Amino acid sequence: MSGIDASLVLRRGDFLLEASFRTPATGVTALLGPSGCGKSTLLNCIAGLQPAEHGRLEVNGEFWQDSGRHIFVPPHRRRVGYVFQDPGLLGHLDVRGNLEYGMRRAGRPQKPGAFARTVESVGIGPLLDRRVQGLSGGERSRVAIARALLRDPVMLLMDEPLSALDARSRSQLLPFLEHLRAELQIPVLYVSHAIDEVARLADHLVSLEPGKVVAHGALRDMLTRLDLPISHSDEAAAILDGVVTGYDEKFQLAQLAFAGGQLAVPQPRMPEGTAVRVRILARDVSLSLEHHRNTSILNIFPVRVLEISEDRAAQATVRLEASGTILLARVTRRSLSLLALEPGSEVFAQIKSVALLR
Amino acid sequence: MKTLATDLVPVLLTLRLALVSTTILLFIGTPLAWWLARTRSILRLPVESVVALPLVLPPTVLGFYLLLALAPAGPIGRVWRAAGGGSLAFSFSGLVIGSVLYSLPFVVQPLQNAFEAIGERPLWVAATLGAGPVDRFFTVALPLARRGLVTALTLAFAHTVGEFGVVLMIGGNIPGKTRVLSISIYDHVEALEYTRAHILSAGLVLFSFAVLFIVHLNNRRLQAQGP
Repeated sequence: MSGIDASLVLRRGDFLLEASFRTPATGVTALLGPSGCGKSTLLNCIAGLQPAEHGRLEVNGEFWQDSGRHIFVPPHRRRVGYVFQDPGLLGHLDVRGNLEYGMRRAGRPQKPGAFARTVESVGIGPLLDRRVQGLSGGERSRVAIARALLRDPVMLLMDEPLSALDARSRSQLLPFLEHLRAELQIPVLYVSHAIDEVARLADHLVSLEPGKVVAHGALRDMLTRLDLPISHSDEAAAILDGVVTGYDEKFQLAQLAFAGGQLAVPQPRMPEGTAVRVRILARDVSLSLEHHRNTSILNIFPVRVLEISEDRAAQATVRLEASGTILLARVTRRSLSLLALEPGSEVFAQIKSVALLR
Repeated sequence: MKTLATDLVPVLLTLRLALVSTTILLFIGTPLAWWLARTRSILRLPVESVVALPLVLPPTVLGFYLLLALAPAGPIGRVWRAAGGGSLAFSFSGLVIGSVLYSLPFVVQPLQNAFEAIGERPLWVAATLGAGPVDRFFTVALPLARRGLVTALTLAFAHTVGEFGVVLMIGGNIPGKTRVLSISIYDHVEALEYTRAHILSAGLVLFSFAVLFIVHLNNRRLQAQGP
């Protein structure tokens, strides 16, 4: 099978991590969880740097570890591109030296022009002869990403590549990562503790709690599952993938079609047919028994209540379905009782704001 | 003029001894320091302590046991002779063995510190970029520890040049064979030839100063360049 199929047990002193998950052969899989839950350790384990005590790790049909059969492929034969958090440039080499270090050891001849193309797409051409000590945080990250790509890897591992950056470098690197995501033909494992980053970049999610993988699956499904901690956070949200179907010039509104209906989103002009991803925060969705006509809210549509979790002192999170699309709404427990909401209730969701992610 | 020429012999002998010992120390000390910096074995602490012994023992004690070991009937002497070598005690080869042991901590300790300061990260980076263990050692660990390496080898060289006690115990005082600089100075002082003792002593002081100066200059320069 292609993609990653992992079932690993790691022990470091008192710390025990049990991780079983699968990821698809392409796209970004986010490893999301609080700091200290073992995300980086898991990444190191997949790279072979901190071997799992026992378990199995299969990547694109090739076993990298299988303790039952005493298989362990050492890290330098695993062909991973690893972007470390700090991000691990070699201090005794200049930028070009760092890029060439992995390229020379890639093991198969690079396609002609690969170096120039990668340097160009990552935007580090002017930095090639610089010493790595003189680079800014964002430049370091770009060099590390280019170095990992030039290694010609079968998988890209990224350990919180944005966390060490200031807000400005982060806002420059994030669109680049989105661009990269669209170009890459290999699976990416992306460690993060920031849900907004994950919502923009990932297609697949592995949710971790200290010591274990809680659940894994498609990002859209995972974010709206009430049995997972993400749906109870302040940033609880639903992700919708859709396409632009029209544009209202007069009011500067883009019309988006998604599985559950239509959304109007305030946006500068966008060409028809553009694939977009939007996020709707649970706290921006309110519920009503009737379809209000005289309201400032643009996006209202009929939904059915699937599930209710009274997860807070005064509030509850409600899981809704609009003809195949799942939404979350955060309402007070008082409203829950006034509207007599229960699984199966037919109501109207009023969406106060929609954020365009990409 | 004749006296100066005779004093040149121990000077050249000393330089040869220091050069040979330092070269051997490079090949023994570097892997030993690498192992000590990386191992989690229970042998680490005992080995570290043994390596550091020459720092605290009087050279006469080390020299005494070396003399016993190197003697024709001693454990090392017997193996050496079985392998076709001549007498080790009171020979240049014996002096080299003594110097290597005596200067070992001066190579191992700075190098071990330098290797430990590198940390795991650059080696992990190199591994994920396709470098195997030996490749990582030569292309990442050694270049990053170069400051420690230069310090270690310079100290070993200088320390061997200035050595007295061990040499006296196992080498005796054979002109052209084992009479090194420090022993010549001792002889001159014994014979009340203070002028000749002065020339050699002042030379050694200047040499040692120059070595330490170069080590510190080198450290400063590499520091400015970054790790």
